[in-house]
Amino acid sequence: MGLSRTELATKGGAQTYRPRLSAQQAASRLRAVASLLALVALWALVAVVLNDPLRAPGPQQVLPALWDGLVTGRMLPDLTVTLRRVGLAFLIAIGVGTAGGIILGLSPRLDRWLDPWLTVLNNIPALVTIVLCYLWIGLNETAAIFAVALNKIPLVTVMLREGVRVLDPDLNDMARLYRMPWRARLVHIILPQLAPQLMAAARAGISLIWKIVLVVEFLGRSNGIGFRIHLDFQMFDITGVLANALAFVAVMLAVEWLVLAPLAAHAARWRRT
Amino acid sequence: MIRLDLRSKAFGAARVLGPMALDVAPGEVLGVSGPSGAGKSTLLRILAGIDARFDGELDSGQRRAMVFQSPTLMPWRCVQDNVTIPTGATEADARAMLSRVGLTGMEQMWPAQLSLGQARRVGIARAFVGRPEVLILDEPFASLDAERIEDLLELTATLIDEFRPAVVLASHSEQELAALSTRRVRLEGRPARLIAA
Repeated sequence: MGLSRTELATKGGAQTYRPRLSAQQAASRLRAVASLLALVALWALVAVVLNDPLRAPGPQQVLPALWDGLVTGRMLPDLTVTLRRVGLAFLIAIGVGTAGGIILGLSPRLDRWLDPWLTVLNNIPALVTIVLCYLWIGLNETAAIFAVALNKIPLVTVMLREGVRVLDPDLNDMARLYRMPWRARLVHIILPQLAPQLMAAARAGISLIWKIVLVVEFLGRSNGIGFRIHLDFQMFDITGVLANALAFVAVMLAVEWLVLAPLAAHAARWRRT
Repeated sequence: MIRLDLRSKAFGAARVLGPMALDVAPGEVLGVSGPSGAGKSTLLRILAGIDARFDGELDSGQRRAMVFQSPTLMPWRCVQDNVTIPTGATEADARAMLSRVGLTGMEQMWPAQLSLGQARRVGIARAFVGRPEVLILDEPFASLDAERIEDLLELTATLIDEFRPAVVLASHSEQELAALSTRRVRLEGRPARLIAA
């Protein structure tokens, strides 16, 4: 019953686990920060050596541009629009992909028929899907979000299907014996077992989706970070391109640290015993 | 009560269980022994209603429960939730039954924090909390030391006496079969048939 890295607390009759930051974890985080700082320093050094701020701007040019864009609020509307597109496409891809993965995982016969479809869909280039969606649906928000989600759904489906294939059959028997309703089985038996696949799909998905969203905005939207990068591209403003990209990288890092990491820790809290 | 009139159970072309008739009255404990692979678990899954793909008729009541060979707990739910969620029992009933099986104060613990013996007690609490008409015990005390088995046999016998379900117990252990069974049969052959032991 070791509670080595956790603190067991009883509050209102419910037991909760509060992870403590161990020396090892603290060292790991410090190492990550030091590594990022070293990368920025290397970038600055290369920029100084090249001495061409127009084509190879360093952090000394990009970071002030980024700071200016954020504090004046100039970047915020585009950041918000892109984040909204990423969020919607992410929710659609995870929702549809999870449902598809569970259905295919539970139905081997259907999976045998649809597996080749997944292989085809997984291998269609993102650019083709985006262009086709714009041509078929029009240059609008629906096409943009649908195109992004469509690129991610097959991958989520495959990841979740693999998870369903290794579900514990004993727990399934237990649920059947006690005649647990389908919803209770999904919430208490199936989804908790799929938490590792869901988190992996979410992390892989969010990083892929925001990159595709930039392409979608670059090609066919009139706002968003991708659209700003398009304008910077036309003006040959490499500093602007890097500042816009860094702004959204920062947003996605915040999403990882503030949303995904706590979610993953919550889903895995029962393992820390 | 349990009433099974089985003509055959097959997996593909392989017939595992042959014709057999089985009646177990409330309060009665039918002990089933037999070599590994004889089909005991298959028979128990049929009796528990988990496997409905067989040729025959089963009448085994509405309130069925089972103590599995492994504790079969949801590791991501606390002990109390492992009793209430599958069975639909109230928290008060779950706490009372957990107390009966000696787990007072452990309601909010994770299954991974329990010893195997304690996890098996949760399985027993889950089985009895719904006052089952039918109880299936599939090697319920496997991998426990002799002292723990003694304790759990006594606990299980007390609860069976109190709730009086129709019980089928499958085990390799002569000690368990002798302690709990009121009647015994043996599963043998291919396809397997029941023989009075």
